[in-house]
Amino acid sequence: MVETTHYLILSTIVFTIGVVGVLTRRNVIVVLMCIELMLNSVNLNLVAFSDRFQNVVGQVFTVFVITVAAAEAAVGLGIVIALFRNKETVNVDEIDLMKW
Amino acid sequence: MMEGVLFYILATVLVFFSILTVVARNPVRSALYLISALLSVAGLFFLQEAEFVGAVQVLVYVGGIMVLFLFVIMLVSVREVVFQRKAGRQWKAGVVLALVMAAELVYFLINGVGIFQSTPPETGIIVAPETQNTETLGRVLYGTYLLPFEIASILLLVAIIGAVVLSKKEI
Repeated sequence: MVETTHYLILSTIVFTIGVVGVLTRRNVIVVLMCIELMLNSVNLNLVAFSDRFQNVVGQVFTVFVITVAAAEAAVGLGIVIALFRNKETVNVDEIDLMKW
Repeated sequence: MMEGVLFYILATVLVFFSILTVVARNPVRSALYLISALLSVAGLFFLQEAEFVGAVQVLVYVGGIMVLFLFVIMLVSVREVVFQRKAGRQWKAGVVLALVMAAELVYFLINGVGIFQSTPPETGIIVAPETQNTETLGRVLYGTYLLPFEIASILLLVAIIGAVVLSKKEI
């Protein structure tokens, strides 16, 4: 039986790696992938607590998080395709239409 | 003992491939590393006796979302994305911000570690040891959480329509 704390530490590490990726990478697609990484670290936390408290609700919420992640990926990648068709770039530095 | 060894193997693989996902120059490689990371997360789910969520992880994430990602990477011209600089000017600020956030998380972990040592509360839906994970999850999902489940299906419908509208030619 692995302690819950170990899962929390692992999830913290993965979440931090995801945040570093979102803040430093300039490719929109890689940024979206790093968001998926962060969502997965949260799922890891939910399942760890579900196992710790022997309560299945954590896994129910994991299913919802996966649903939201799928919707987010579909819409996000649709936006990326529309963006590439209009601006010929996937670099976040060049997508500054709303920057004042 | 066996579980501990498996946990450390899967955790090492997960952290290793997560770092590779972030540092890989080529987005296709990045996606492949992310697939490996997601598979090790699925392994960790199986390790915690969450079989249904682990199977969903493999089917939806690896079989669905990551295929979508690879599709889009192939659609936007590969040459354009491969030969761009890895990080922009503000990457140092980004790393510093991420480290500050990590310090906060570690602070809360250290302060909250006592909570996890206490005995679990006797509330909520307790899993009976003899029932199957999938059966319990299905009963809770279609019983107590029926309304959120239906809202999630509406969310998916909205996402489908949104993706179709966004990908249309003239927008």
